[in-house]
Amino acid sequence: MKQLLAILVDGSVYASWLFIISAGLTLIYGVMRILNMSHGSFYALGAYSGAAMVGWYFSTGSVPWFSFVVLISSALVAGVTVGLLVERGLLRFMYGRDEVVMILVTYAVLLIMEDAIKLIWGVEPYFAYQPYTLLGRTQFMGLSFANYDFMLIGVSILIGLALWYGLNRTQNGKLLRVVIHDREIAGALGINVSKIFTITFLIGAGIGALAGALTAPGLSVVPGMGIEVIVLAFAVVVIGGLGSISGALVGALIVGMARATAVHLYPQVELFVIYAVMGLVLAFRPQGLFAVANARKI
Amino acid sequence: MSKRSLALLCILGLATLTGGLLLPNWMSYLFTIAMGKGLVVLGLVLLMRAGLVSFGQGLYYCVGAYVTGMLTQFAEVTDVLLILLASVSVSVAIAATIGLLLCRYREIFFAMFSMAFSMILYGLLVRNQVLGSTDGFNVANPSLLGWAPGPEAASDLVLAVAVFLVFSLGILAWRYLKSLSGYAGEAVRENEIRLEYLGGSVFKIVYVKYIIAAGLAAIGGTVTALVSGHVDPEMAYWTTSGEFVFIALMGGTAHVAAPIIAAVLFEALRTYAFAVAPYTWQMILGFALLAIILFMPSGLWSLVERFQNKKARKTT
Repeated sequence: MKQLLAILVDGSVYASWLFIISAGLTLIYGVMRILNMSHGSFYALGAYSGAAMVGWYFSTGSVPWFSFVVLISSALVAGVTVGLLVERGLLRFMYGRDEVVMILVTYAVLLIMEDAIKLIWGVEPYFAYQPYTLLGRTQFMGLSFANYDFMLIGVSILIGLALWYGLNRTQNGKLLRVVIHDREIAGALGINVSKIFTITFLIGAGIGALAGALTAPGLSVVPGMGIEVIVLAFAVVVIGGLGSISGALVGALIVGMARATAVHLYPQVELFVIYAVMGLVLAFRPQGLFAVANARKI
Repeated sequence: MSKRSLALLCILGLATLTGGLLLPNWMSYLFTIAMGKGLVVLGLVLLMRAGLVSFGQGLYYCVGAYVTGMLTQFAEVTDVLLILLASVSVSVAIAATIGLLLCRYREIFFAMFSMAFSMILYGLLVRNQVLGSTDGFNVANPSLLGWAPGPEAASDLVLAVAVFLVFSLGILAWRYLKSLSGYAGEAVRENEIRLEYLGGSVFKIVYVKYIIAAGLAAIGGTVTALVSGHVDPEMAYWTTSGEFVFIALMGGTAHVAAPIIAAVLFEALRTYAFAVAPYTWQMILGFALLAIILFMPSGLWSLVERFQNKKARKTT
């Protein structure tokens, strides 16, 4: 019973973390048809800028609670600024190229940003544990949980709701869905597709950076963290069906629960189980759980 | 292939070999590594000609390397020929199984899914204490038909084997590309349905290509393991596969020599970038990749083609 609870809680925490990371990835793919490898570096960027700013903030000795605002806003600013740079400065010249070419372009961006991060913040790890400990822990059925992790679940639900509301209930979201449905007709109808692309990329990059910032207090921020995360996000997004937000949610839940079960019962297969689940899902649903089937091109 | 060009290739092969042996040790080491990687990329190029970009060739590269390591360390088999045979058969067996699933996918899904399989292997190796988990383990020196050259000359032996493999497999790959099923690969890229109307089996073509690519990657892994004397799970990590795609893109897919030349250039570029800027070598590679995509979409080999076209125009 105790173990089941631990698995459930760990699984949901991990799932919400995965969802925050993959939401931006799947949104960008859904709208722009770009599988954005550099999403991992936006995640790392958010983690670094968040951790560095929080460290600086606590060294000034101000009100501790305000550190959450510092953490999130610095990551968002960094993510959106660099996102704008990448999209306007590079990606917009590449639109219309093959999807696989776009993977390579964003792979190049990933390589460049990895080293840029090292140049700015050095190779020493950063710790921003203060917000994590600030929230304290909860005892429940003899198990101890960090409240910060529960906050993570809350934030992921918020992001999911915001994305759902934005896409389904607002004017701009509906325009976005028109662009997703048929880019050329949308352009012909006078929708500014290029502007929508820019905004989508900024939202995606922002969410990626936010994910990094929210992760930073829970662990040490080290070089290479973005590269580690990106394949995990791919697995989640592919399980749910590329480009589907609800798919990312379900994918995150499946992967999160599978991993938590593995960690508690068979710790040797931790990494293996994630991709095994992915293989299993794709063997039966080749396009993922929530993807719309595409006709073969003649 | 005419007798004359075969003779020319043999001379070129011998020249490469003597050139490689005369190089200082660290350079011939890099050269051998480049040959190994070039073979992996050759397989990748075969797939790319059918429009399939695999982000998971690291899987077979790593399988080849680990089979090599395990044979030399745990079974005390050091004969290069036996090792090659074993590593190719293991990875072909794996590819024949995975390929059944993977060859149903195209484009981005093929890329991502192949990547996932190599990450499965990575995940397994990282957790495996017997195989040294993240550190990997050492590979013993190879021998050839009972001749054990010892630690000094072992790298020369591997170099010779690698050059031989590159030339012989390169010729075979060239022959394959000129064959009917080689050309059918391009038809898969252009239009699958028309190919099926004409009576070709798209699945079979892709499947065979996938298996060939796996075999080549395993050979590349064996060469790398033997020359570096060490294997670790990093070989199956997705960045290794990304490197192979990088090299393939750098060379282009127009000719079998392109991936080999690109692999040599890549090793040189990376070593140089690492020596000049140890903290920003990835950044240099990133900019190089962007420059290739922007200015030379069909790779460095397009320069050769441009030169050939110019010559052809002059003579007519």
